Amino acid sequence: MLDVRGLRKAYGDLVAVHEISFSLNAGEVVGLLGPNGAGKTTTVSMIAGLVVPDGGQVLIDGSPLAGDTDPKKQRIGLVPQDLALYDELSALSNLQFFGALYRLSPAVLKTAIDRSLTLVGLADRARDRVGTFSGGMKRRLNLAASLLHDPDILLLDEPTVGVDPQSRNAIFSNLETLKAQGKALLYTTHYMEEVERLADRVVIVDHGRVVAADTLDGLQQYAPTGAGRVSLETIFLALTGRTLRD
Amino acid sequence: MQAILAMIRKDLQLFLADRRAVVMGLVAPVAIASFFGSIFSGSPNAERVKIPVAIIDQDRTAVSRGIVEGARGDQYLLVSNPTADEARDAVKKGTLAVAVIIPQGFGDAAGRAFFTGAAKPELNVLYDPSRSTELGLVRGVLTEHIMQSVSAEMFTGDQGRTLVDDTLAAIDAMPMAGQQQAMLRDLLQSARKFYSAPAPAAAAPAAPGATAAAQAPRRGLSMPYAVKEEAVTSGDNVSYNGYAHSFAGMGIQFLLLASIDLGVGILLERQRGLWKRLRSAPISRLSLLAGKAASGSLIALLTLTVSFAFAMIVFGVRIQGSLIGFAAIALATALMASTFGLLVASLGKTPGGTRGIASLSVLLMVMLGGAWVPSFIFPAWLQRLTVVIPARWAVDGFDAMTWRGLGLQAAVLPTLVMLGFAAVFGTLAVARFRWEEA
Repeated sequence: MLDVRGLRKAYGDLVAVHEISFSLNAGEVVGLLGPNGAGKTTTVSMIAGLVVPDGGQVLIDGSPLAGDTDPKKQRIGLVPQDLALYDELSALSNLQFFGALYRLSPAVLKTAIDRSLTLVGLADRARDRVGTFSGGMKRRLNLAASLLHDPDILLLDEPTVGVDPQSRNAIFSNLETLKAQGKALLYTTHYMEEVERLADRVVIVDHGRVVAADTLDGLQQYAPTGAGRVSLETIFLALTGRTLRD
Repeated sequence: MQAILAMIRKDLQLFLADRRAVVMGLVAPVAIASFFGSIFSGSPNAERVKIPVAIIDQDRTAVSRGIVEGARGDQYLLVSNPTADEARDAVKKGTLAVAVIIPQGFGDAAGRAFFTGAAKPELNVLYDPSRSTELGLVRGVLTEHIMQSVSAEMFTGDQGRTLVDDTLAAIDAMPMAGQQQAMLRDLLQSARKFYSAPAPAAAAPAAPGATAAAQAPRRGLSMPYAVKEEAVTSGDNVSYNGYAHSFAGMGIQFLLLASIDLGVGILLERQRGLWKRLRSAPISRLSLLAGKAASGSLIALLTLTVSFAFAMIVFGVRIQGSLIGFAAIALATALMASTFGLLVASLGKTPGGTRGIASLSVLLMVMLGGAWVPSFIFPAWLQRLTVVIPARWAVDGFDAMTWRGLGLQAAVLPTLVMLGFAAVFGTLAVARFRWEEA
């Protein structure tokens, strides 16, 4: 469904992303892991159309994504790391606005809002101001806002940062539901246990390059010699090193 | 189009969501414009502010007393009589604009100078350097009273009679030709004879024992003309309404300040990650900025409408010129302000830093545009420079359509110029906008 081929992005002399390639299929969750500054967010930004790549292509069902108004962007939903919501407005007003950006008719939008709010468990808070929501509720609404246009591909950039275990668990349940519906999920995070729970495959990037891409079982080939079956975190540290990244 | 409408709707919701900001955004321009309007309204019924002047009479002659009396009766002056030291202290403190010291011997010396061109006595004037405009007015007004008093005394007073007699007696010794001496003698004798005669209006019998000079009213030189003033406004029976100008000026000032909020708002949206969501939708860059410009223009128009509606209802401001022209200028001003907001967003980096720099530029713009004080008080080079200030075109345009009562034709140029500014601001904003959201 989504093919990332040779994506490249440089800011002056700094090459943020260097020839990154991977694919994402329907009903699949791919975990995109990497230390700080590895190029995860830049990669997600290029897929979402926020950043123009210097090289490479983003293909959706074999067709390259081209330009700001490409209708294929309709098939992508972005869940930004930031809580990209208007605190001053109600949850309903937020969703009405974000849905209208995808040119949904009023009737379709209403259905989509009801469906999304129900999925994230906020249907009874639709008319409340977002500013009154807890961090976990905002995270769930952040997810709901990305689902209104019923995208096939969901890009999740650290969607559980700063939430309590209950809200995190609720979000996981939502994502599993979406996966079961056949959505393709690209999930970036620093929490290894989240990837171990959700991901079918893992892409580990460092210094703008893919250093490993496989299933959780397949990644065991990168485990230190003689260590037996190890955690994803051990493999991650083995591949990216223990040097601090600031 | 649906996306643009959604952005407009959302921005209006955000604007109205903060009720305190709405009230301040609408009330502040009205309050400040009302204050400025009350100062500059020029109402004929308004109490005239008199300039406080101290006159210290050290001469104590008929001439100096005449000057003091004349000044006391003047509509522009508020005369006090402190000591010279008190007056200097008051000027230093700023409670007095001007102090005039009439030195001893002034009357005699002025009289001699009046007839013969002898050395002129000095009038000592102390003034507050921060109020030089008032000094100019006092100088002009005092000149009239001094001329009146000196000439009246010279022609009709005892002091003048003595001086005339002395001068007549001294004519033969004066360094002038015989013919000129004769002419001066004739002039002085004729003048004395003429002013000593009873005036037609003073036909009542004089008190027994009164001298001819005492019987005659003190008459001296007077202003040889009267002034007929006519304020040229939109019509014969239409008086100037200073509120029209102040509401235009303050309206534009707050419009531009609101445009900073628009620009900073975009930067805050970027900071909060909202711009990522907008950019990930299949919407063109032009649509995104057009939506912002449209919502900014609508809010600006709302501000202008509320301000002028208040001015019309409360202060009787009227659109004496073209209603269509007024609407065109309002629309162009709103567009100019909103595109200025986009430019602020495109050039700014952090919300805080951007607000400071943008506020400074707006204040400079409205000051140079004549929103605070009329631009005619600026130096000539600065007045020429203000044609590149959009606020000036807006103020001039609104003035033309309100109290000046000019027709639609007078709205064309200001409207086009402001649309031009809007095009330039918008183009620069699109070109400089940071589109990438990494």
